[in-house]
Amino acid sequence: MDAVAVPYTWVLALSAVLFAIGTMGVLLRRNGIAIFLSLEIMLNSANLAFAAFAFRFASGHATAAAALDGQVFIFFVIAVAAAEAAVGLALFILLQRRKGSIDVDRANILRW
Amino acid sequence: MLGSLWLIPIICLAGAVFNLALGVLRTPKSVVTLVGVGSVGAATIAAYAALWEFLHQPVEVIVEPYFTWISAGAVNVNASFQLDPLSAVMVAFVTVVGFLIHVYSIGYMHSETDAGYARYFAYLNLFMFSMLLLVLGSNLPVTFIGWEGVGLCSYLLIGYYYDKKWCAAAGKKAFIVNRIGDLGFLLAIFATIAWFGSTEFTEIFPAAALHPDHFATAATVIGLLLFVGAIGKSAQIPLYVWLPDAMAGPTPVSALIHAATMVTAGVYMVVRANVFYRMSPTAMLVVAIVGGITAIFAATIGLVQNDIKKVLAYSTVSQLGYMFLGAGVGAFVAAIFHVVTHAFFKACLFLGSGSVIHACGGDQDMRTMGGLRKHMPTTYWTFLAATLAISGIPIFAGFFSKDEILAKAYEAGAGNLNGFGATYHLLWFLGLAGALLTAFYMFRVVYMTFHGEFRGAEETEHHLHESPPSMTGPLVILGVLSIIGGFLGFPGQLFGKSGLNLIEDFMHPVILPIAATAHGVAEGSAHAEHAVGLGTEWVLVAVSVAVAVLGIMIARRFYLGPQAFALPRRLADRFGFAYKLLLNKYWVDEIYDVLIVMPMYRFAIFCWKVVDELIIDTIFVNGAAFTVELTGDLMRFTTTGNVRNYALAVALAVFALAAFMW
Repeated sequence: MDAVAVPYTWVLALSAVLFAIGTMGVLLRRNGIAIFLSLEIMLNSANLAFAAFAFRFASGHATAAAALDGQVFIFFVIAVAAAEAAVGLALFILLQRRKGSIDVDRANILRW
Repeated sequence: MLGSLWLIPIICLAGAVFNLALGVLRTPKSVVTLVGVGSVGAATIAAYAALWEFLHQPVEVIVEPYFTWISAGAVNVNASFQLDPLSAVMVAFVTVVGFLIHVYSIGYMHSETDAGYARYFAYLNLFMFSMLLLVLGSNLPVTFIGWEGVGLCSYLLIGYYYDKKWCAAAGKKAFIVNRIGDLGFLLAIFATIAWFGSTEFTEIFPAAALHPDHFATAATVIGLLLFVGAIGKSAQIPLYVWLPDAMAGPTPVSALIHAATMVTAGVYMVVRANVFYRMSPTAMLVVAIVGGITAIFAATIGLVQNDIKKVLAYSTVSQLGYMFLGAGVGAFVAAIFHVVTHAFFKACLFLGSGSVIHACGGDQDMRTMGGLRKHMPTTYWTFLAATLAISGIPIFAGFFSKDEILAKAYEAGAGNLNGFGATYHLLWFLGLAGALLTAFYMFRVVYMTFHGEFRGAEETEHHLHESPPSMTGPLVILGVLSIIGGFLGFPGQLFGKSGLNLIEDFMHPVILPIAATAHGVAEGSAHAEHAVGLGTEWVLVAVSVAVAVLGIMIARRFYLGPQAFALPRRLADRFGFAYKLLLNKYWVDEIYDVLIVMPMYRFAIFCWKVVDELIIDTIFVNGAAFTVELTGDLMRFTTTGNVRNYALAVALAVFALAAFMW
């Protein structure tokens, strides 16, 4: 193949940028769904990093297992994210019912 | 009975155990009496059976090991008893005097409650057990158990009337002061193990006597440590203060424990370890000085006391001083001889005073007595016999023993024993002066108590009566012993027949010969023996008798006849300070209070208030709880309930962690 492979460091940089964006979203947004989306971005940035490392180790080291590990982990993360989304959405539905809004700042009764 | 010496103390222990049980069961007094007095009586018979066999066999020292008590490395301590001339003499008088005092107690304690009566006899039996353990033990640890046991019983019996605060306090005082001495004894045991690898009397003393040069330091150290123990137990300066207070106990207890037997344990120990003292001029000199000073010091206090038992208590301290003076000048046999005669006459004096107190309804103040002679003749005559004995009037028991001690002290001075001749001369003079005071204060007691007119309340006078036979019986026996007991140590050498001195002869094996040393210090006492001629000895006898008679004459002049009490009162007025000094016992208790008790008390308060309550309770325990609470109180403000705050904290923490691990 003549196509030049994207260096894995670029992918890692993209992953870091995505992670930062996701983090800022989680910290700054008040809408529950938006926080959720940001969270998904963070998870997927991690997936991207996994993929990048899998790529890196598959080409550098001869062990196929090392490459597979990173790729398999991505599926775990996707599964966990799906489960988490189900629980999170259920929580937000309940929050909506109780408070009439999914603004997380209003869910602050568990305090001193 | 040889081969089963253990029976002698065990019988007494059984009596104690039974009586404690009987006390719990509220058994009538007759049963308690049977067990209490019977057990001591049986022990006395067993003891004399053993002594009889001992006298009719050739061995000088019999050691009976029963079982291994302590086995630690190379050190083996057996639970074992030993019968040798010294312990034989001790057992002989301890059992007899103990038995007589048990009998006396039947009458004296008859008005106690059933439970109290049983408790009393249980303690008294336990005391007999401990005392026999003490004198029969064949090594230092066994002796120490007895030593502690008698201390415990002393404490229990001083505090017999524990519902009275001052009696309980006197018991505590005796116990605590004795602890100081006991520490010395304990250290002596450790030192003995360190030097000799054994504590068995039959091993350490011959070993020391064989190599006097090698064990010179050991002799001094162990000798002094044992003497610290003896100072506590035998009430010498500076630890004598507990004995006068010990008079808070019932009078038979004072007679048995605080006059006849327990307080002589220190003398016994010093005589037992005579090899060490003869090897160490320093230790011997210390013993002599402490004894000599105590003898005169306590006698001066006794001059002005008005409580009959207090006079006798100080007299006991003073007489114990004579015993140590005797040991300190190398007259170990004379010291034990004085222990024996003192046991007879002092027990008699205390029991006599008990009889008097009994008649006067518990009153002990001699100023409210007087003229008791016609009401209680038996008590009077026995008391008089014992008083003559303690004063040192010839043919009475005390004369022989005290005179021998004084003569030996003089010989030590004249023979320049260990090079301390001048000191020994001075100590002899102190002893002689003490003898004058002894004769005076004892006859003061006789005249104030038994002569003249009764000075107490009329009510009391009607109740004056002679004591029951259970009390007068022991008095008569002890009175007779006070008269004839001295012939045990008849000074035959004065008449050119040294064989007449039975006790000297009998005790001879106890005084082990010490091998020659490089500098020849150890055998100093040998040439002191012959430093004084027969003529001088007779002069010494005459002087001490003259001194005793002088003391009696002064007492007679002061306290008898129509002019009674006028002269002493004038003297007291004239020498107000000296009188106050003596009456208040040199304020020794007060000085100890300021110098030792109060600082300790304050230190205890400090430990309680500052160390315990402030540092441990407040700072550590409550402080820890308070810190946790305060931290929690502050930290809970971080629980805002706002999800985004938590998220921020988590994010920051992740970044911090990442930065840290970079």
